[in-house]
Amino acid sequence: MSEKKIRVLVAKPGLDGHDRGAKVIAQALRDAGMEVIYTGLRQTPEQIVEAAIQEDVQVIGLSILSGAHLHLFPPVVELLKKQGIGDILVIGGGIIPDDDIPTLKAAGISEVFTPGTSTQDIIDYIKANVK
Amino acid sequence: MFNDAKIKELKTKKQVWTEKVEASIQKRPERKKEFSTDSEITINRLYTPEELGEFDYEEKLGFPGEYPYTRGVQPTMYRGRLWTMRQYAGFGTAEETNERFKYLLNQGQTGLSCAFDLPTQIGYDSDQPLSRGEVGKVGVAIDSLKDMEILFDGIPLDKVSTSMTINAPAAVLLAMYIAVAEKQGVTPDKLSGTIQNDILKEYVARGTYIFPPAESMRLITNIFDYCSKNVPNWNTISISGYHIREAGATAVQEIAFTLSDGIAYVDAALKAGLNVDDFAPRLSFFFNAHVNFFEEIAKFRAARRIWAKIMKERFGAKNPKSLMLRFHTQTAGSTLTAQQPDVNIMRVAFQALSAVLGGTQSLHTNSRDEALALPTEESVLIALRTQQVIGYEIGVTDTVDPLGGSYFIEALTNDIEAKVWDYINKIDNLGGAVKAIELGYMQKEIQESAYHYQKAVESGEQVVIGVNKFQMKEEKPKDLMRVDPEVEKFQVEKTQKVKEERNNPQVEKCLTELKAAARTDTNLMPYILDAVKAYATLGEVCGVLREVFGEYQAVATI
Repeated sequence: MSEKKIRVLVAKPGLDGHDRGAKVIAQALRDAGMEVIYTGLRQTPEQIVEAAIQEDVQVIGLSILSGAHLHLFPPVVELLKKQGIGDILVIGGGIIPDDDIPTLKAAGISEVFTPGTSTQDIIDYIKANVK
Repeated sequence: MFNDAKIKELKTKKQVWTEKVEASIQKRPERKKEFSTDSEITINRLYTPEELGEFDYEEKLGFPGEYPYTRGVQPTMYRGRLWTMRQYAGFGTAEETNERFKYLLNQGQTGLSCAFDLPTQIGYDSDQPLSRGEVGKVGVAIDSLKDMEILFDGIPLDKVSTSMTINAPAAVLLAMYIAVAEKQGVTPDKLSGTIQNDILKEYVARGTYIFPPAESMRLITNIFDYCSKNVPNWNTISISGYHIREAGATAVQEIAFTLSDGIAYVDAALKAGLNVDDFAPRLSFFFNAHVNFFEEIAKFRAARRIWAKIMKERFGAKNPKSLMLRFHTQTAGSTLTAQQPDVNIMRVAFQALSAVLGGTQSLHTNSRDEALALPTEESVLIALRTQQVIGYEIGVTDTVDPLGGSYFIEALTNDIEAKVWDYINKIDNLGGAVKAIELGYMQKEIQESAYHYQKAVESGEQVVIGVNKFQMKEEKPKDLMRVDPEVEKFQVEKTQKVKEERNNPQVEKCLTELKAAARTDTNLMPYILDAVKAYATLGEVCGVLREVFGEYQAVATI
């Protein structure tokens, strides 16, 4: 493949320490040929956007299991737009009730992956939607 | 246990039998080429005395309540008293959680287990910037003694034991509990319960750390020392494999890493000048009950035997209570599916049964809807009833260690023990648990297992009903529990009111003294106790300690 590798930032906003999913997905994306940077725990939206700029990524994957997604996902998209890099694909995952998904999508989160999703589905989604 | 000549004879007969079976397998193969446990221990077609060989009953099993405690820590186990049924609960405000506690006690629950929200677990008040959106979400928000008074209002702390899932700021919450009890007229020596207080597994798997390892270990040994003199019936730590397992570890890794952490705590306390038999009887453990039924039972039994050996042989403990591995169990949250959530009731029941057959001292059963949200009251009730069915209806509690002596269970217990020792030795060679964690060794091992499991699920090799087999179209359940978004505002206002009404010069004085003490090697518990009694907040106390101790920076392992 002569194409440039897709660069992804896997980020953990908020205070929860459940990073099994984030790490499994980071590894799966890497095995699928992407370049993956994992932020570690307890990142603020500001820190995530800064890392996305520094690492020059095309995709941000947000993972949260504490229930604070409505507070922490939308500001990431807002900050990206402010920086003029609103074309970065932002996806999210974790324990997220179905009822919240329309709100998150309206805020600019392209897709939300809930428990039981296969890593292949996420890989396929990124490949099809990365800009 | 078996005589040599008989075993020889058996071996020959088994050979004949095996050949017969292998011939018939040519025509009708078994379901899989190889059968194995979650820890990749090969499972044979059949277990006989041959697999156990020279099995020395007294050395391997002993009697219940006696070394090496394989069969249980009490002589009569559940014939005497059932395990403590202890459902983990906590959400929103102290007011709401107090109601849930009272509901559970009224339903026949026998102990409390308190979940704190993430700001509390990380030592922030509800009004600090990083707390935004997290207040009251995964547990109850506690900022000051005021909240703790509300949380335990009307609950007699000399009658109910309370387990608190709190780690980095454990000393502060314990101090608040002691202070609330005093207000109820209950002296610290009458208190029973547990603080999790296990920072090492926070670095490895759970993530709610604050301070660096050395300072954290100091706080922990301060608690050991203080409680041995003042709160003698308190379990000063719950050394936890639960979260290590949830992060993806195998059964063997769960036990190996937990017991290695245990060794590190004992080492730290000895180094701080404590006498092993003064604190070791109050060490307790917390394990996961996962899906592979027999491996889990064997795991619990192996863990008791290994810990008894460690305490006796490595640390020279003399008090039998120092040798006993007492543990709480929770069923495996990560095995719950968002798909067909009612099926989770069955998963939980089998997992809970494995914990009982493994001799647990207390048990939390998960609710069916936990892959979707916090559990509703109705779901929690089914989970509690599941324990009650096991305890009161099905007869598994009528004899001690009913599976002891099963060829399979004993062979599996031996296999797990051997593999756990391999890991413990490896970690010893790396310089102990703290060093292994700083090197990212445990984290990497767990990550590998987690990824391996995920691939096995996606390939269908590991069946998860409703996820990769027997799926069906379904509507997602409605009526999920949701934390009221007003909680944060309510909580912030309450804490600000506390800050206005308290004696602020007194708070300042306490915090200054705490800071000075933190710079020496004196025991910090009395200082923390004074501060919380003056209504200094959790965030203020932890803030002072953050200034002196600094904060832990995680190692990158991926």
